[in-house]
Order: sequence, then C-alpha cells, then structure tokens
Amino acid sequence: MTTQLTAYIEGIGLLGPGLTDWPSCRAVLTGQQSYQPSKTVIPAPELLPAAERRRASDIVKLTLATSLEAIAAAGLQAASLPSVFSFSNGDGLNCHTICEMLASDDRQISPTRFHNSVHNAAAGYWSIATGAMATSSVLCAFDASFGAGLLDALTQVVVDGSRCILMASDTPYPEPMFSNRPIPDNFGIALVFAPQASPQTIAQIKVSITHDEACKFNDAALETLRMAIPAARGLPLLQAIAQQKNRRVVLDYLDNTRLAIEVSPC
Amino acid sequence: MKPLLLSHFTATSCIGHGLEQTLDALRHGRQALKPCDFETVDLPTFIGEVEGVDDVKMAAGMADYNCRNNRLAQLGLEQDGFADAVNTAADKYGRDRIGVFMGTSTSGILETELAFRERDSLTGALPVGLIYSKTQNTYSVADFTRQYFELSGPAAAVSSACSSSAKVFSTARRMIEAGLIDAAVVGGVDTLCLTTLYGFTSLGLLSTQACRPYDTERDGISIGEAAAFALLERPSPSLSTNQDARAVLLLGIGESSDAYHMSSPHPEGLGARRAMQQALQSAGLSPTEIDYINLHGTATPSNDAAEAKGVAAVFGHDTPCSSTKGATGHALGAAGAVEAVICALALQHGFIPGGLNTREADSLLQLNYQLQNRDQALTRVMSNSFGFGGTNCSLIFGLAQDDLEQSGGPK
Repeated sequence: MTTQLTAYIEGIGLLGPGLTDWPSCRAVLTGQQSYQPSKTVIPAPELLPAAERRRASDIVKLTLATSLEAIAAAGLQAASLPSVFSFSNGDGLNCHTICEMLASDDRQISPTRFHNSVHNAAAGYWSIATGAMATSSVLCAFDASFGAGLLDALTQVVVDGSRCILMASDTPYPEPMFSNRPIPDNFGIALVFAPQASPQTIAQIKVSITHDEACKFNDAALETLRMAIPAARGLPLLQAIAQQKNRRVVLDYLDNTRLAIEVSPC
Repeated sequence: MKPLLLSHFTATSCIGHGLEQTLDALRHGRQALKPCDFETVDLPTFIGEVEGVDDVKMAAGMADYNCRNNRLAQLGLEQDGFADAVNTAADKYGRDRIGVFMGTSTSGILETELAFRERDSLTGALPVGLIYSKTQNTYSVADFTRQYFELSGPAAAVSSACSSSAKVFSTARRMIEAGLIDAAVVGGVDTLCLTTLYGFTSLGLLSTQACRPYDTERDGISIGEAAAFALLERPSPSLSTNQDARAVLLLGIGESSDAYHMSSPHPEGLGARRAMQQALQSAGLSPTEIDYINLHGTATPSNDAAEAKGVAAVFGHDTPCSSTKGATGHALGAAGAVEAVICALALQHGFIPGGLNTREADSLLQLNYQLQNRDQALTRVMSNSFGFGGTNCSLIFGLAQDDLEQSGGPK
C-alpha cells in the first residue's frame, strides 16, 4: 500500500513577484483576481538584532518574512518549533561576489561574506532572530527543493509527532551565473504543519509519492512563475487550500517521482 | 528511536581510500596533513588532500557531473564493495524504495570558482562547459549518487555546514520510519576549494600547522576533504546470529540550534549540550553507557572550549574522548560521515583512536582526552558534529551484539 503522510496546516506565509502575503493572494490563486507580476518587495527584518540586520541578505529577509507570517497565523512562538529550510540555491549575490573576488588578484573575502555563503545561513539568522533552539534541517534538491522540504517536514510531523515549519525560499543570481541558473526574482513559501487538528487548522493534507503528471496553472503568468522558481512549485498546493474544497493536487518533485496531495479544508 | 543497521559503510579521506587504509592509519597514528599546495592557493596553512581525485574517470553516462566533488564521491562509492551493496539492496527493496541523503557544504563550487577566471572578456559570460546543476548546485552530489545507482526514491542534499553529513542520518531515519523508503544511502562529500580556504582565513580560523584539537596551543583548523557513505536499513531479526554480532547500529540522534551567532558557538556549549542530551534520550541511554566520544574537536580555541563545556555538563570529566581531525583534517560537510565511519571501526575493532598532533591536552577543558590509541572493547560511542549558523548534531552508534543481548531482539 502507498504510504500516506497526514498533517494539518496551521499557518501560511507567501512572498513573491506581485504576491505580498497569503490573505491577499488567495483571490489571485482562485482566479477571482488576475495575477499581476511585479518585482518582489521584501520587508525589513525587524526581529533581527542590529548587527545581524546589517549583514542579512535577501534570502534571510525573505525567509524571515514568510515564516513570521505563517507563525503569526498559526498563533505560535517560534522558539520551540522544529524547522525545515529548503533552498534551491543559497544567497546568489553573495556567491557571485565571492567567485568574482576569488578570480581576482585580491582573494581576501570578508568574514561576513564567508559565513553568509553557507547554505544554512538563513537558518542560522532565523534561529538567532526567533530564539529557536529546536532542530533545523537545511536542504537542497535543485528544482525539486520544495518537494524535498515538504517530505522532510512531514516526516517530522508524522514520525516525531511534533509541529514543524517549512520554509522554501529562492533568490536570483546576477549575471553571469543568471544565464546558467535563470531564477528571475525572490520567492518564498512558509507552511506550519501540526500532527493534529486544532482551532488554527486551515486544511488537512495527505501526501504520497506518485508518478502522475504535475498540476499546472491555467493562468499563463502563474504557470510561468511556477516553472521559473523552484519554491513556486508548491503554489498548486496553496491554490487548492485557497479554493476551500476537497482536491487532489500533484506537485513536481524529482524526475517522474512526484507528490500527490489530498487537500481537505478544515 | 528504533535502531537502524549500518549494513555497509566506507570512507575515503586523506588518511586512506576505503576502510582498510583508514583503519591502518588510525591504528598506526598516521595523519596525512601537509602544507597547502592546492591549486593556486597561497596560504600558510595545512590541508588534508585525498590522493588520486583528479585521476578518477567519471562512470559511463555521468560525464556532466564531472567536478572535484563528484570525482571524490565516485572514488568513495567504489571502495569496500559499497556500490555492490547498494545494488543488492536495490534488487531486494526496489530502486524506488531507497532514499539518498548526502551532506555537503560547498558541493562543486570549485568548478565555478575556476570558471570565473575564464569569463568572456567582452560579455562576462561563463565558459559554455560549465553545467551549474550537475556541479556547483548543492544538490549535485546527492543527484550524482542517485543517478549512479539509478535509484528513484526520495533524495536531498543536507547542507548545514559542518553538521551536514551527521544530519543525513536523521533525515534518513525519519523517511524509513515514516515508511516512505526501506533503506537509504547516506553520507557526506566535501572537497577542497578556494571559498573555504580563503573564507576560514578571513575569520582567522586556519591553523598554520597541522591542527591540534584540544591542545593548549591549538590555533585553528586544517581543512580536509572526504567522501564517506553508509547504507542504512532496518535491522532484521537474523541479526542475532554470530556472523552479524559485530554489526553496527545507529542507536540515537540529537539535534539542536544555538540561536546565538553565525560563526561562533554558544560560549557555554548550550546547543551542543542539548544535542548530546537528546541523542542519549532518543537511544534510551545514560551518559555512563557511552564508552567513547568522537569529539567535533576542530582545534579552534572557541569551538573546543564550547564543546568541552557541553560534554562536561552532560558526561562529567571521565568519558574517554578524542578528535580524529588531527588525522583527517576537518572535512567540513563530510566530517560527520567520516567520523561516523571511524566510530563504526572503533566499535568493530575495539580501540579508541588517540587524538593526533595534540601534545598537551588543555587542562582548562577538563575532559579525559585520549592522546594515545588504546585497545578497549567498546559497545556504544557518540559522535559530535557542529557547524556555522549554530547547527548541532550528536549521533550514538553501538554494536548489534550488545544491543541484542540486552533486549532479546532489536529494540
């Protein structure tokens, strides 16, 4: 029998091109309002101490913004919340600058540049900002990163019986790396999962592995966004939640291994 | 947690290709750190370079993955019959029922570092030969491993700096327990590159000598490189046969975050302490039941001091411990997997590896730090891995024999 992982979604955070937060995006995802892409605006990370705020890059600020929206919606404190971070690449601009310096005559990169270069930089800043000392899992699966993060978060919920927050974020590389990895803008989704239903529950999801075709958007601009940024591969799940009816969606994951999700509103 | 069997494992680092050479180096207290002569790097430090990485020819159909990190991955996978073991498991369970979870910190970034030197002088474009997704991207080594074995189960790279390839055990454990997979290829691969050599220099964390963990005069890390792998499965009831009595089990996992600083550990080792306590709790063990601790022991003044405080708070001052980074250097994202394999060898061969290069263990750290190899039957050991961003992971391994005798079967 196919293994199915069940969890309850308690909070959602969303930020991307033309997408400012979850409540305002629901009408876009259900088709009541047309999707108008415009450059992603990331709010300042008020929660970070001043020193860290100065050093924080877009991927840190983006991840903080989506996660804080999801955590507030769930009515939780982050301090004891296990976390899963999934980034299809790290901080693109920082990586570019380091490679540029290492190819120059002066290879003396700064300490901040270096510690921002680790794939888990945003996870580190996030734990400093929120005081969260629980476990945090930091993943990458290239274009499959959203699915990889979703599965890892759900195994924490199902196996360990704990709440877990998934943060999937992507930021662009500048040229010349942009041509090799053309991610057009900042985009992030955060989801708080719980093992049981609660007054905060928005939807129940049951996730399993499938070879069925992935769901696509009818709206051309949304479909372009879904395909252009790995974290946006999770948008069909958010659409199903916004529609508030029982639906089965299939998300892209690895090759022809995909994730089927039965979504039921609560 | 339910124990998991390390049915096969292997390690390749500067002290040897595969288990036999690794064991021999450990047994004879041989380290392999040398003055840095890597690429065009001009820094007064020592490195642990794996021999023969550039001689590796990528397997058929895997040419797009060609970069130092994946060459080392392939070199490592082909030691000790590990590849055969994975293929046997794939036949047994199905290729879609085996997960791949690989730890790495810098993946194939070296390829991009070098490509930046070859940018087109007019357009600034990178050379056409650079395949970002198969080399630089953090997922590359997990993708390589999955494709190498033609597996089709779940996969991910775990990239939390120097805890990466310890934390892969945790990801795999959850996947197996959730029933998504029956076995997992876990491990870590990290290779020398300019980003880490110049990056650690910028933080003043590179030693000018072969690193001396827990020494009074320790002055930083020696960067190494390594590929280490384990095949994780549920233990079968037949494990009680004598033949498998020396089999190694993963008994406990603890993970925490410091929530303190990006590149300095919590000064009291608070996060480290939590990870160790949680690992003991998940294994259902008390501190006195751990016979040896393979310390993270990077040899930076603050890391060793913080870890020592954490260890002392959990274990007191008597548990024998050492860092094997004096032998291998710090393989960063591969360190957790290398040290997991060293723990497995220590269990199976009954010895505590003494910490190399350390002349005088820092008395301020107040641990029972082992300077010499010691023959001693071990039943359960702990391995610590901590990283930038305040990420901590402690693993507990034990011999199947002991575990089965106590419980009458796998716990």
